Amino acid sequence: MKYLFLLYDDENAWDTMEDAKRNEIFGAYMAYTDALRNSGVHISGEPLTHSREGKRVRADGVQDGPFADGKEQLGGFYLVEVKHLDEALEWAARCPCASLGHVEVRPIWNIGD
Amino acid sequence: MTDARAIAEQTARASYGRLLAWLSSRSRDVAAAEDALGDAFRAALESWPKTGVPASPEAWLLTAARRKLIDGARRQNTRTLSTPALTLAAEEAESATRADKPFPDERLKLLFICAHPAIDAAIRTPLMLQTVLGLDAARIASAFLVSPRAMSARLVRAKRKIKVAAIPFNAPGGQDLAARLPAVLEAIYAAFGAGWDYEAGAEADQHDLTGEALYLASLLTELLPDEAEGWGLFSLMLHAQARKDARRDNGAYIPLSDHNTARWNKKMIAHGEAALARAWRFNQPGPYQIEAAIQSAHAAARLHDRDVTGEIVLLYRQLVEIAPTIGANVGYAGALAAAARAKEALHLLDTLEAARVENYQAYWAVRAHILERLGRIEDAHSAYERAIGLAQDAAARQFLMQKKTGLGV
Repeated sequence: MKYLFLLYDDENAWDTMEDAKRNEIFGAYMAYTDALRNSGVHISGEPLTHSREGKRVRADGVQDGPFADGKEQLGGFYLVEVKHLDEALEWAARCPCASLGHVEVRPIWNIGD
Repeated sequence: MTDARAIAEQTARASYGRLLAWLSSRSRDVAAAEDALGDAFRAALESWPKTGVPASPEAWLLTAARRKLIDGARRQNTRTLSTPALTLAAEEAESATRADKPFPDERLKLLFICAHPAIDAAIRTPLMLQTVLGLDAARIASAFLVSPRAMSARLVRAKRKIKVAAIPFNAPGGQDLAARLPAVLEAIYAAFGAGWDYEAGAEADQHDLTGEALYLASLLTELLPDEAEGWGLFSLMLHAQARKDARRDNGAYIPLSDHNTARWNKKMIAHGEAALARAWRFNQPGPYQIEAAIQSAHAAARLHDRDVTGEIVLLYRQLVEIAPTIGANVGYAGALAAAARAKEALHLLDTLEAARVENYQAYWAVRAHILERLGRIEDAHSAYERAIGLAQDAAARQFLMQKKTGLGV
């Protein structure tokens, strides 16, 4: 089963964060990504830049970020393949983002199945 | 929580558990009994803290549940129809509340049915928390990292299984008791362990079931006072709980060796020592008693400045002989390292099956520590990395990151 982890946290906190703290969080993400890889569940994952650099596109036009969607914004993702939902939730709970903000776990919809 | 509130809630849960045990053991339908008592129980949780605990809590609950219990059979359109057996059991329960004796306590039957071999091991603890203590599925789900809906569905399935498979409601005796008690102890201990990692989190209260687990262990020693392992489990939990306030300082993780013992609950430690002494008197050692003895030794080391490293190694050796779990082996390795036997400790870790330790955080944390002691700094570094990547608790993660930075690689 494939799951997408959508990582939400307060992206503005990154701007004002001290370097040491930022490095600590980067370190935690690196260790987490390695743990996913070591277990063979990691498919891909990337961090995203601040939403002020994002664009929203609709048929009638383009909107510049940032988007006023509340305190926590999408800041990254992981795509994993695990045996079942319980395992996905266990991995999501280990993600540093689960302590910093929250992780949304979404099963990938296999249209072919 | 204020004392009055805590007492009201505890009484409500105890009475609810006793009534549920009575009704479901006679009707053999846990779900229907829960359905009948649920509203009354919620009303009790709401009103008793304000009005005080009634003279006969069981009678109060039965009166509040009366319509659902006695008239249930007549209300044809209800979702779960009260069965004649349930109605009859309720009438008997009413007579029992009128006698001038305390209401009969059959919760032991509930504990055993929840941990019955026919019930999936993963759902035993949640089932126990729901039936014996009346905890709601959402709260249980959050402690076990399962979605509330999935937890509800699993609980419903387990109760249906009890009914359909006609699993007998009885408290086993003799040989049966010896065979089935470990599952009950394990389920109670699992409630204690769930949420252990989250104690400092923002939703700590949601995750923390340690108080509930302590209550179950205490109940077990009350209902089965002659079982050494029950006392061992209770002692182990009391020792661990007594150090709760010292395990964190401003959100930072503090290892046992650095605990400020002024923050230990000495009364609870004494209580744990008494429970352990009581267990030893039966002269039937078991894993929980040994684990309790290990915790007792740790407490003595700090409180009386005693060197217990050798003693703890011996206790762990005994533990892995009778219960060779991964956790016990990792604990044994940690004890060997503490006794300046890091090489043996590493060798022990190397013998554990790779697939079983791959995602076991404590293994990597202990391994990192041992490698560091052996001066294998680069290997220690990658083991710390592994432990950090597997950490769920932010405080533990930060502690390990500091240790890794301290290697100076």
